[in-house]
Amino acid sequence: MEYEIVIGLEIHAQLLTKTKLFCGCASKFGDPPNTNGCPVCLGLPGALPVLSGLAVEMAVRMGLAVGCSINNKSVFARKNYFYPDLPKGYQISQYELPVCGPGFLVINVGGVEKKVGITRIHLEEDAGKLVHDQDVDSLFDVNRCGTPLIEIVSDPDMRSPQEALAYLAGIKQILEYLKICDCNMEEGSLRCDANISLRPKGQETYGTKTEIKNMNSFRFMEKALEYEARRQEEVLDSGGKIIQQTYLWDPSNNKALPMRSKEDAHDYRYFPEPDLLPLTVEQALIEKARASLPELPQVRKSRFINEFVLPDTTADVLTSDRHIADFFEATLNFFNDARQVANWIMGDILRIMNEQKITLDAITVTPARLGKLLSLISDGTVSAKAAKKVLDTMQSENKEPDTVIDQLGLRQVSDTGALEIALRKVLDEHPAEVERFRGGDKKLTGFFVGQVMKLTKGTGNPKEINTLLQKLFG
Amino acid sequence: MRFLSDTISETVRNIHSGEITSTSIVKRSLDTIARGNENLNAFLSVQSDHALKRASELDGLPADQKKSMPLFGIPVAIKDNICTKGVPTTCASHMLSNFVPPYDASVVEFLLNAGAVPVGKTNLDEFAMGSSTENSRFGITRNPVDPSKIPGGSSGGSAAAVGAGFVPAALGSDTGGSIRQPASHCGVVGLKPTYGRVSRYGLVAFASSLDQIGPITSDVRDAGLLLEVLSQVDSRDSTCARKPFSNNQDIYSLDTRGLRIGLPAEYFGEGLSDDVRLPIMNLLDMLKERGAQAVPVSLPNLRFAIATYYIICTAEASSNLARYDGVKYGFRDTRGKTLTDMYSLTRQNGLGDEVKRRIMLGTYVLSSGYYDAYYLKAAKVRTLIAQDFNAAFEKCDVIISPVSTTPAFSIGEKTEDPLQMYLTDIYTVSANLAGIPGISVPCGTAGGLPVGVQFISSHWREDLLLKVGYASQVALENR
Repeated sequence: MEYEIVIGLEIHAQLLTKTKLFCGCASKFGDPPNTNGCPVCLGLPGALPVLSGLAVEMAVRMGLAVGCSINNKSVFARKNYFYPDLPKGYQISQYELPVCGPGFLVINVGGVEKKVGITRIHLEEDAGKLVHDQDVDSLFDVNRCGTPLIEIVSDPDMRSPQEALAYLAGIKQILEYLKICDCNMEEGSLRCDANISLRPKGQETYGTKTEIKNMNSFRFMEKALEYEARRQEEVLDSGGKIIQQTYLWDPSNNKALPMRSKEDAHDYRYFPEPDLLPLTVEQALIEKARASLPELPQVRKSRFINEFVLPDTTADVLTSDRHIADFFEATLNFFNDARQVANWIMGDILRIMNEQKITLDAITVTPARLGKLLSLISDGTVSAKAAKKVLDTMQSENKEPDTVIDQLGLRQVSDTGALEIALRKVLDEHPAEVERFRGGDKKLTGFFVGQVMKLTKGTGNPKEINTLLQKLFG
Repeated sequence: MRFLSDTISETVRNIHSGEITSTSIVKRSLDTIARGNENLNAFLSVQSDHALKRASELDGLPADQKKSMPLFGIPVAIKDNICTKGVPTTCASHMLSNFVPPYDASVVEFLLNAGAVPVGKTNLDEFAMGSSTENSRFGITRNPVDPSKIPGGSSGGSAAAVGAGFVPAALGSDTGGSIRQPASHCGVVGLKPTYGRVSRYGLVAFASSLDQIGPITSDVRDAGLLLEVLSQVDSRDSTCARKPFSNNQDIYSLDTRGLRIGLPAEYFGEGLSDDVRLPIMNLLDMLKERGAQAVPVSLPNLRFAIATYYIICTAEASSNLARYDGVKYGFRDTRGKTLTDMYSLTRQNGLGDEVKRRIMLGTYVLSSGYYDAYYLKAAKVRTLIAQDFNAAFEKCDVIISPVSTTPAFSIGEKTEDPLQMYLTDIYTVSANLAGIPGISVPCGTAGGLPVGVQFISSHWREDLLLKVGYASQVALENR
């Protein structure tokens, strides 16, 4: 039978606040274990939570960026369960009234645009970390306890793993544009759980879903979703039933391992957190957040297309990462030919990043340096071909383009006197070709220019050589 | 028996003038405790050395520094569910028998800044769950008036310590009557402030939306003084309103002309013993003679108060006490093999029967499928009860009521029947549900046992409670 895949995603993003959600402890990845703790995040008797205003503001910004309604009043709730990484025996989250109501994200897969609904965005605290790889005991690290998260819950609107990837990429892009999450999936600052089910094509009601956790990269998510869709298809085709269950993706074996079934699912006994007042988000704060929103990826992309007359795909690549788009616009301040700048960024800057597996931070070619290099190409100081070599050296040696051009001896010769001497030498050495050229074989122009270039070791300006050639035979 | 014949303020003035020293008062408190506590078991721990050291340090301060401290040199007792830095805070539970907080509760900080000298931690029902202090893991506390009787609970240790003259003031916590009821049984004054008046930071939570810290004293004016110290603004508790109480001396003017005292029919009906009814009615007559007027009021939803209270407080307790799992601090039972073993053995053996009963009840009322029928419904009824009070306070300034159905009962009398024990809270729980303040003031005796009267006011009107409370105190003194 032919099936339709139905996918919904729950994305947890760790907010880039300096402090934890309910206490003043530092919220930072990578500190030595158990260095960021206090009575509040350790759940000591008598300690009470106090909400971080900055985290609320960030959640509101995210909500606004994906068209969510912002609830003026939302309520924190306790999610009760026992686990050693949860010091209070409950997680402070939001349940019935989250800070952000429905919104949406437009994705584009294979040129087809689609609106994916966002059910809600809520604030919650993270649990601590358990380290199990010790000889005997499991160890507990409090540092992550109480760090602020937003959970972004989608509607079950995605119909393929590719759409799910595009949605996750879109959310990640916005989080980065808003600078509210560093979106490091390996370190866990961005985490994604998927609900997936199959239904016969044309059927309206949803099939039984399973949940997959621990997909900590785009590649793992794609593999996991494809694996689970295939597994469910096989079960259904052989007349079996899907059991509602939670799976953990095991990337080393490319398998989803069952974690718990619905029968032993927790009853979280949510109820309103009595230690916190209902969260009031004043209209003024919403307006302030709205006004402070940066230009978001899709808007920026349209502007790149219109303002700089760039092709759709080019604008797409440039705006996919806020840092690259910023780099592009910064370079334009130094060299005002958007197409050239775009081509060099997409061609060579991204090539260097890929080859060396580095991020833009590690690129030593600043927008000013790239702009300078491009103007040196434009004024004929260096040939476009030689400039690629120059760029590589600029990056590896962290130097200005002028310096590198001289260092490599690639300064283009545009001095007509020197070029004329070279040209005359070439003509003297090739009398037969000169005869044919005089006879009207204009195709030999390229031959002569090439010979001069060879003689000048590539530094001759081809345009100047051409002009000289016309003049001598004109 | 009072620790001080004067009020705390007068005593502090005497220390300031050099007539007496903090050291001498603290020493007297410690001596009295040393003689009497073995019999009463009001204190679970006494920090003698620490208290004496602090008293002598205080005595050595320059005069101008002393003057700024309203509780200068005064010994106080602290209920053992309020965190004290470096001093065991057990909640009278095996679970926390070895727990030493690394921090002071905000109220303890406030007391220290005001110059008070904590002398010890007082007994209570385990995690403040009980009405007789019989649920303490560390032995019962006896009533100082009659040691065969319970002192009330859960702040039984604090009320007994003040009633026995060990200290002039003690901190209690009141979730459903735990300050007012033991105060009534021990013949002292107990004030439960408006919810949000006093910071709960450092109070080991029983039911967060009901818990409130308050003073137990021998004099109404001392309760006002303590409230002023305790009600400082505290950003560490999000539910703490920025409403510090000002202990204006006009409150104690004894001018009760025109004061409207609401008399709810529902409070004086069936189930109330004459032992309690008669002293209260006598007091009301005296207040009327002094210009107050009695106004009939009605609180129709009161009959649901006990049920509502025991759903909400157990629900919150089941969550608040989840942290006692043996993982991080406190008692851990290591006999099991798995994580689940550790959890269940630790909680099975670390917590007492009443605590476990309430955790189970609370877990049940929050469970999926039962939440709407119990917790949600109780939350709605709670609103109705609060509305009843709002309507009543349109007609009167304060409401008069009993604190308990009977004077202190005998030790062991109700331990076999938890429901009977729950029902003794009938007059006190509604103030907690509505978040309004209540005071218990002695109003006579019955068969030699103290009987208290309760006054309740609308939010933030502790001044009215202290006013009518002081008028009652003086009326009884002059009888």
